[in-house]
Amino acid sequence: MSAATSATIGIDRAARGEAGTSAAASLDVERLVKEFGRTRVVDDLSFSLRGGELLTLLGPSGSGKTTTMRMIAGFEDPTSGDVRIAGESVLDREVHRRDIGVVFQQYALFPHMTVFGNVAYPLEMRRVPKAERARRVERAISMVRLSGFEGRYPRELSGGQQQRVALARAIVFQPRLLLMDEPMGALDKRLRELMQVEVRQLQRELGITTVSVTHDQVEALVMSDLIAVLDGGVLQQIGPPLEVYQRPANRFVADFLGESNLLEVARLEGGADPKVAVTAKGLRTTVSADSVADGREPALLVVRPENVAIGEAARDLCNHLPVEVREMLYVGDLVKYRCVAEGGDEIQVKALAAAGSAFAPGARTTVGWRTEHCLAVAR
Amino acid sequence: MSGAAHSPAMARAAGAGARAPARGGGRAGTGPALWVLLGPPLAFIGVLFLLPLAQVIWGSFFTPEFSLAQYARIVETPVYLQVLARTARVAIVTTALCIVLGYPAALYLASVKPTTRQWLLLCVVVPFFLSMLIRNFIWMALLQRAGLVNRALMDLGWITEPLPLMYNEFGMLVTMTNMLLPYTIFPILSSLLAIPPELRNASASLGAGRLRTFLRITLPLSLPGVAAGGLLVFIVALGFFITPALVGGPKQMMISNLIDFSVREVLNWPFAFALANVLLWGTLVFYFVYVRMVEGRLPRTGIV
Repeated sequence: MSAATSATIGIDRAARGEAGTSAAASLDVERLVKEFGRTRVVDDLSFSLRGGELLTLLGPSGSGKTTTMRMIAGFEDPTSGDVRIAGESVLDREVHRRDIGVVFQQYALFPHMTVFGNVAYPLEMRRVPKAERARRVERAISMVRLSGFEGRYPRELSGGQQQRVALARAIVFQPRLLLMDEPMGALDKRLRELMQVEVRQLQRELGITTVSVTHDQVEALVMSDLIAVLDGGVLQQIGPPLEVYQRPANRFVADFLGESNLLEVARLEGGADPKVAVTAKGLRTTVSADSVADGREPALLVVRPENVAIGEAARDLCNHLPVEVREMLYVGDLVKYRCVAEGGDEIQVKALAAAGSAFAPGARTTVGWRTEHCLAVAR
Repeated sequence: MSGAAHSPAMARAAGAGARAPARGGGRAGTGPALWVLLGPPLAFIGVLFLLPLAQVIWGSFFTPEFSLAQYARIVETPVYLQVLARTARVAIVTTALCIVLGYPAALYLASVKPTTRQWLLLCVVVPFFLSMLIRNFIWMALLQRAGLVNRALMDLGWITEPLPLMYNEFGMLVTMTNMLLPYTIFPILSSLLAIPPELRNASASLGAGRLRTFLRITLPLSLPGVAAGGLLVFIVALGFFITPALVGGPKQMMISNLIDFSVREVLNWPFAFALANVLLWGTLVFYFVYVRMVEGRLPRTGIV
């Protein structure tokens, strides 16, 4: 690239390392706020992402995740706050100068250009010479496993193929940052699962810092280095998948990721270690030491159904109680039970179907869980 | 453009429907019922359109014996050839002007809020509420030697002698362009609005500034609208009558004025028929050639 072009795109060539590779850029979002009229769609959001990492903004519709992504990309201007790529604020730069790759929810492929034309477009904008352009386009197309499709038009491709073209187009110019807006949203379940793994592998191979937006918690768990859970524009929790799943910070996170049994806490019995909690309906259980939520009064107990044992084995666990099975659901690889304890607390159980005989509705049995699987969270 | 492709298919379907009366069962309008429904409109078109058209075609050749004399006259007389050339030239220039002026207008209309757009479109459409004749008179009032434009320019001191804005090709082009602009503005606007806005965002994210996004994405994808609008303006302009008559004056005859002259002044119907056929078949030939040429070349918009 000529110096003039570098200046146009605003990239410091030295910072990119050797020719053709992008240095993995860090992303910092600081106190980002977006208001539409009087509604705060994004409320004081801050997070940091290291170079090469994949962060997923996870939340339901209206949580502000797409708006946040659009502000990072430059399609929206924040009401206040800062966005920094590689330490430098990008807010005063227009979209086409931010050196970001975007995969749109509906792919936004150019219908009047072939696959080759679409993928070559960003390289043309950067005045990459023709021969080099062809080489890089071919490489990108083969990376998404679409070799041979160069001459096709977007309308001749299936949804999955279009998605791969969109991805190839977004990475061919080695941007510092890759943004994906619900990239798997339009795919069927099988394809989605396949692509989640493929995209993740590609991202790792290229080492591009990536922010993905989704409402699919499984996708977030499978693909991310970090998950940021959003609700109503407010960051609920941010952390690696394991942490966010196993140690949810509040009710929303516990409920949004995976399934949870949520039991209301009446009181905590202090002193003893491990602590004991008593629910509003009289259930006593020991509580994981990990759980006390920054000094606030715990209000809810979270026990994931897959951590609840049912039957004979449950009696060996430190927390066990008699229940009556109300419902049984066979889901192929799992069996789901809805049980009710003596005081009325409802316990959902997820057991492997292979693990033993199923309990019929009406059966009386025992459920139980380990201390470390019972978490107390604040509201 | 796709109209040409639809008709054979539809004719086949209608024929298939009429030929399968025994199939009955749920298929409405087969056999006699079809003819009852189609009969009146077909008769209407037949009597009021096809019959006169046939007469026009027939009458140009059989005067009363078969002869090509009328057509020969057109081709051999320089004055008449000039009229044809002028007609084509004026139509082409009007089309070009309508595209060149209509495109930025459509671009602007596509960029404003929908409510603002409604009001602006109203301004475009309101002149159509007036009759063509009145609108031409208005233009005459503007363009005459003592008209508003000249008087304003003289009052401002920019000119001392009134400019010849009328009774020439200039005045005709100005008036025709003004009247035919909506025929390009609407199709171009329509095709611009059909472009998913995300494509522009995508183009920007890939490094294209606003100018390059316009040249590489917006413009190519709006070409179907330009082609459609251009075709419409051209065909209508070819047949224009009132404006050449009033604003153009007797020295700016276009083919329709010549037909009118031939019918009303000289009472030479066969000659008028011949001219009409030249206009009709010339336009049709042009149309089919245009459609063939444009069909494969236009980029297709689609939400992808």
